[in-house]
Amino acid sequence: MIHNKSIVELGAGLQTGEFSSVELTHHFIQRIEQLDKDLNAFVSTTPEQALAEAESADQAIKTGQAGPLTGIPIVQKDIFCTRGVKTSCGSKMLDNFISPYDATVVEKLKRAGVVSLGKANMDEFAMGSSNETSFYGPVHNPWDKGRVPGGSSGGSAAAVAARLAVAATGTDTGGSIRQPAAFCGITGLKPTYGRISRFGMIAFASSLDQAGPMTRDAADAALMLQAMAGFDPKDSTCANQPVPDYSATLSDSLEGLKVGLPREYFGEGLDPSVAASVDAAIDLYKRLGAEVIDISLPNSGLAVPTYYVVAPAECSSNLSRFDGVRFGYRCQQPKDLEDLYKRSRGEGFGAEVKRRIMIGTYALSAGYYDAYYLKAQKTRHLISDDFKQAFKTVDVIMGPTTPTPAFGLGEKVDDPVTMYLNDIYTIATNLAGLPGVSIPIEPVSGLPVGLQIIGNYFTEAKLLNVAHRFQQETEWHRLAPEDSRLNP
Amino acid sequence: MSLDHSDITKIAHLARMALDESQVDAYAEDLSNILGLVEQLEAAETDAIEPMSHPLHMAQRLRADAVTEEDCRDENQAVAPSVENGLYLVPRVIE
Repeated sequence: MIHNKSIVELGAGLQTGEFSSVELTHHFIQRIEQLDKDLNAFVSTTPEQALAEAESADQAIKTGQAGPLTGIPIVQKDIFCTRGVKTSCGSKMLDNFISPYDATVVEKLKRAGVVSLGKANMDEFAMGSSNETSFYGPVHNPWDKGRVPGGSSGGSAAAVAARLAVAATGTDTGGSIRQPAAFCGITGLKPTYGRISRFGMIAFASSLDQAGPMTRDAADAALMLQAMAGFDPKDSTCANQPVPDYSATLSDSLEGLKVGLPREYFGEGLDPSVAASVDAAIDLYKRLGAEVIDISLPNSGLAVPTYYVVAPAECSSNLSRFDGVRFGYRCQQPKDLEDLYKRSRGEGFGAEVKRRIMIGTYALSAGYYDAYYLKAQKTRHLISDDFKQAFKTVDVIMGPTTPTPAFGLGEKVDDPVTMYLNDIYTIATNLAGLPGVSIPIEPVSGLPVGLQIIGNYFTEAKLLNVAHRFQQETEWHRLAPEDSRLNP
Repeated sequence: MSLDHSDITKIAHLARMALDESQVDAYAEDLSNILGLVEQLEAAETDAIEPMSHPLHMAQRLRADAVTEEDCRDENQAVAPSVENGLYLVPRVIE
């Protein structure tokens, strides 16, 4: 079926005229109409805009002006501002917000010729690991609708896995691309901090947030990253670094690749069946010529507690802009200005966002700053130094993306700390600012499992090469939830 | 660190966020649990460690002091809850 094809395969079909972008777009619009009521992956759909974009794409193809993404239907995570289209960030606070401008990522992908099918559901303000904190209700995992898709980019991951879009954008502050990619059996890349502009991407924790592609496979991720990456004067933390050709090195040999396995990522808490699946993937890398080296990231245990100071502190500061005055939700009949601020925020934010704003406010308040925020900035340094040390001897680090496959809806939502520990293997890379990718490996009891590959700064091309070589040898990334091998 | 009802009320005020009175105790419990997790940091030896505020240790970029933005006031105010003559309206601040 056409919806099972990758960007690379669809691009070939569009070029030869096997089908048009308008036909392709109609097909996906129909699938969304039929299937999304059971998944809730979309917050809004924009079929008219999508078809208009598809028509322009078909024109570009006819006149020989097409690039590799021209005419490819994707979905944007609802954290990216889209001009003229509701941009809710999964929150009641922005339920009425029609963005007056495009995020740089959106602008760049438009320029590359993609067709945008709509906006993907997500945890409110990207705070969550299960997509259950969304104002629009949870997203269901397409592999098992009683389970979560992961979060915060849960709608993006579910849409790609269920073949409701060819690819999606996501954002990752503590694992929000990689963890849902693992839970939904797709490829998710969190680039180096600063690789992609954050302009127009609604801020959660500014020193951690990074956008990235969520796709069927690494070859598609390379094409998406190519379009998304690069310097942007509108984001003061965007890196002014050359963007290499990510597709050119995908098939390079892995002979002699040094793979570090941090023992801290294989200890207590890791589901034995996930461990077995990861071990099998690493064995394949050995057959591809990789040399496996045991390493230690001794401060790994500090990552989650460090994150839950740094991220809430930055969130409490960033989310102070939602005040009921200039945009977003305003409470009814405020009696004075303070009442307007307090009730607009109290009524507009959900419980998890409130928890994080309060933790951050507390950590930054007079008398507590040194004990919490300053301390966490120091432990962040320790965590970052662990990686620096490791990359002196290895090229990439591998381990599980998550300790378990997708858990049940409602299972952890009432216990924030248990929910937070789900990101135990992904959070450290955000604190260090490093790139990481999750790729599908052998499923466990019909549920997808992810292998995480972490690289040194700005080595996205190497990560995609390492991921792609695995995908040339395996079929896991081709499995769809409708596949009878997994859902008899 | 355990937070009680009055701590939560104070923090919520600092964050200018109204809380349902019936939920304050639940927030106190959740936040105390989160701070319990964060307390693990105390065991880390950090006396000689510099704080890290940015992953790439980059310096803030400077740009020419020139106007780059166009006037988008009308577009930006189209999404505001209440405006009049280009001004945002809020409840009376000075009696």
